Formats: sequence, structure tokens, C-alpha cells
Amino acid sequence: MLENIYTELIAEHSQSKENRRQLEHATTKERGHNPSCGDEITLELEIADGVIKDAAFSGVGCAISQASTDMMIDLMRGKKIDEAKRLAELFIDMIHGDITDDAELEELDEAAALKNISTMPARVKCATLAWHTLDTAIKGR
Amino acid sequence: MDKNFLNDFPILRSKMNRHQIAYLDNGATTQKPESVVRSICGYYGGCNANPHRGVYELSVRATKIYEDARRKVAKFINARPKEIIFTKNATESLNLVAYSYGLNNLRGGDEILITIAEHHSNLVPWQRVAQATGTKLNYIYLNADGNLSQADIDKKLSNRTKILAVTQISNVLGLVNDVKKLAAQAHEVGAVVVVDGAQSVPHIPVDVQNLDADFLAFSGHKMLSPMGIGILYGKRKILEEMPPFLSGGDMIEYVEEQATTYAELPQKFEAGTQNVGGAAGLSAAIDYLQGVGFDNIERIENDLTTYTISELKKLPYVELYGCDAPNKVGIVTFNIKDVHPHDVATILDAEGVAIRAGHHCAQPLMKFLGQNATCRASFYFYNTRRDVERLIEAVQKVRGIMHIA
Repeated sequence: MLENIYTELIAEHSQSKENRRQLEHATTKERGHNPSCGDEITLELEIADGVIKDAAFSGVGCAISQASTDMMIDLMRGKKIDEAKRLAELFIDMIHGDITDDAELEELDEAAALKNISTMPARVKCATLAWHTLDTAIKGR
Repeated sequence: MDKNFLNDFPILRSKMNRHQIAYLDNGATTQKPESVVRSICGYYGGCNANPHRGVYELSVRATKIYEDARRKVAKFINARPKEIIFTKNATESLNLVAYSYGLNNLRGGDEILITIAEHHSNLVPWQRVAQATGTKLNYIYLNADGNLSQADIDKKLSNRTKILAVTQISNVLGLVNDVKKLAAQAHEVGAVVVVDGAQSVPHIPVDVQNLDADFLAFSGHKMLSPMGIGILYGKRKILEEMPPFLSGGDMIEYVEEQATTYAELPQKFEAGTQNVGGAAGLSAAIDYLQGVGFDNIERIENDLTTYTISELKKLPYVELYGCDAPNKVGIVTFNIKDVHPHDVATILDAEGVAIRAGHHCAQPLMKFLGQNATCRASFYFYNTRRDVERLIEAVQKVRGIMHIA
């Protein structure tokens, strides 16, 4: 059970420093907060011509929220806004256990590895924090 | 050899993730012995009616159960029954004091003094009172060992201080504040003393006369009782001068179209139908606690706390908070280096060990400690050394599972 959650992939992403920085040309900054545990991230996006050119984050949180944020940024870099919205929704549906078909989840790339969180209700908010934050950041764009 | 309490608490024999549960989240809520569960069933199964109203026998029986519980609580903390107000929990008790006493007795220029170690329930209501009345909210900070700084108390407690609100035991650090001394010092400058007893009343004998507290708030569910029954003790003279908090049925004397006179204490503060089943459970819980005895409770918890701290200290990657002071009761707060407390709690859960991870409803204290969150193991008398061993064994697995070399 735990081995399916705390995989090496998740450990790698949660400790990765690559996306943990500040953007020089950020066009959008959004803070995400999980009041029940105190986890907090700031997501920065550089959006031009309807495309997420670059993204980065700062903040603190558990391995699941940090890995999830890191994977999301990898996935979203270079994506069109509409595409990003659709993928965020797909991820959130996956975590809520609404989508179980692996073929459908392929688009999420490495983030699909967090699928098992859907069986851990206490950790759902950790996995979705960044994705909800992204959704808020690009809402109305 | 202590009594095997597991026989009285069937839930402690149940499984969590295929392991017998090691329940170490007693600071959040305690488990209920069978006698408490039976008393609640007994009330609803054989005595349920609206108290104080009906003249028929069933209602009289419900009234007796409710008022007997009040008398029992009064005796338990050495107060008079009129001074015991039933609420939903300690949070509601503290809000009652903040809104009914605070809003009506404070004005610009006055100050409220609390400690940085308060639970949000003894902090946020005072923030709101301060904002509404234009008073200043001051904080007493801590020494390096986690205890209140006496220098800070001396500096901040002045004749402008109208309320001193302080927890008797911090829900994060488990350190016991010398409330008696604080109350004496506060009374010298004319301040009213509000004590949050949520973590103390279940674990140590509390005597309101001895402490000379003006108010004491605590929750039933942290001392073997059902959720939804809490207690506010207040000195009679102060309670009598306070306006009602909630209004409606049962708290009135006469109601006319444009005016109402209020019932005597304690009914003045108990609007609407009350939690009689909860009071029945609380009554049985006090009986049970007195059967165990506070000398035993303190001895068992002290042994478990000391044992846990000494075992955790052997692990170089564990950081402890507030664990070097002697005035410590039942709570051990720690972090594992490079691992977030939520991940620790998930890994412990897989081993059947229940602890709390997060900010423990004390965000300003977390900030003061320089931590985003911590792990907390909190004990009650029914815990055993085996529970502690299970905790330590699970803690030793954490870094491996997290792929930290």
C-alpha cells in the first residue's frame, strides 16, 4: 500500500529543485493554501499568446503536495490555457476516483502516478492543492 | 501492574490497517469507556424527554439526570452548581466569555493579554473582541524551553489589562502553566482571568477555588465523554452581571412583546433544549475518571511521556519541541528531519499508530517555533508502553519509506 504511494518517482519529484524558483517574467502569481494542514504554495506562471511558457513554485508541504506540484509544472510547461484547464480537471477527477481508465490518464504523464491517492481520503487535498491553484490562476483567461 | 483498561474500551482492541490500533491522538479527543456509552443509551432508551418543562415523570427524570450531571461537574472542579454552564465544547465556552463578558466590558485603551501558545479557540474570539471594541491584543511569548517568559508577563500585564486568557496546558507542547500564580498576578492589576482547561481538566486535578480562576472552559469529549457537551465555569458574581450569550427558550423569566427578563443562573446561559444525553455521558465519565484516580492518571501518563521522549531522543533525525521542561503532561511534539508531518502520520497510520500532524489549531505558535507543522503523540491513562514501542518502531521506518538515505 505505502509502496504504491511513496514511490521513488514521487520521492524524486518531491525533492527536485528544478521547478522550485522564481520566474523572471511571471505574468500571474497565485497562492494556494490548505488551511487544515497549513500547506502553502505560490505558483508563478509566464503566460504569453494563450500559452504557459514557463511555470515555477515556492512553498512548503508534504511529499505528496510537493511532488504533485512539481509534476504539474513539468506537464503544463508549453501547454495552451484551454489544454491546461482540461488537464487540471482530468487530474482532479482522477484523484477523486471519478476516472479509473488508465488509457484516459496517459495524458497526465508522470502525474498519473498519483492515482492511488484516490484511495486515501485524508491525503486528497495534498495532491490537488497545486492543481486547484493553477485552475484559479488561469480562470477567466 | 495497572488495570487492563482495554476491557473497558472495546475500540482500543479494534484494528486500523490490519494492526491493533495504538491510539495516540488523545489531545484531539479521547475514546469512551463502555460505561459512558451505556449511560447515553440508557438515557435515550429509557429517560428521554425535554427537561425543565414537562411535569410528567419522564421529563422530571431527564431534568434530574441533567442537573445531577451539573452537580457532579461542580464537585469535580470544586465549584457551585449555579456556576456550571453547559455548552457544546470548550470553544463555545470561550466564545461565551468573549462575547458576553468581553464585548460588554472592554473599551478603547484596554488590553487583552493571551499567550502565543493558545489554541485558536482561545485566540480568534479575543481577536474579534479586540477588533470590535478597539482594544489591544497582546501576547506573552515563550522561553527557549517552551515555558511562558516571566519577564514578558511582568512587562505586558498592567492596569490596562482587563482580561488575561491563558491555557493551563498547551495542546502542542504539553507544558503546564502556573495558572494560580498568573491569576494572582492578574488580579493584582484588576484583570479577569480566563483559563482554557481543555487539555488540563482531563489529566490533572483542577480546583477552581485554589486556582482562583474567574472562568474555566473545558470539553467533555477530551475526558471520555461524548462530543457535543462542554463546560464553562464562571464565578457567580461575574456571571450574574453578564448579559445572556444566546437567547430563546428556557433562558427567560418573563417575555413580553418588547422586553424580556432572564432566568437565574445557570439557565440564563442555556438557551434552547440542551444536550441531556451528553450530560448523562459526562456524568458517567467523571465517575470513571474518579474510579481510576488522578494519581494513577498522572503516574501512567508521566511514565509514557518520559519513555517516549527518551526513546525519540535516541534517534538523531528526530527533533523534539518543549520536551526539556519538567512541567510536562501527556503530549510529545516532534518532527522527523526532511519528512513532512503529514507523510509521517500516513506512514504511522499504515502501522496502526494514530497521531496528529499539522498545526494543531495553533498557527501563531507554529510560526513562533519556526515550524510549518509538527507531529504530536498525546496520551491518556489507557495507553501502554507497548503503544509507545509501536510508535517508535514506526518512526524508525519513516525515512526508509521516504527514500531518504
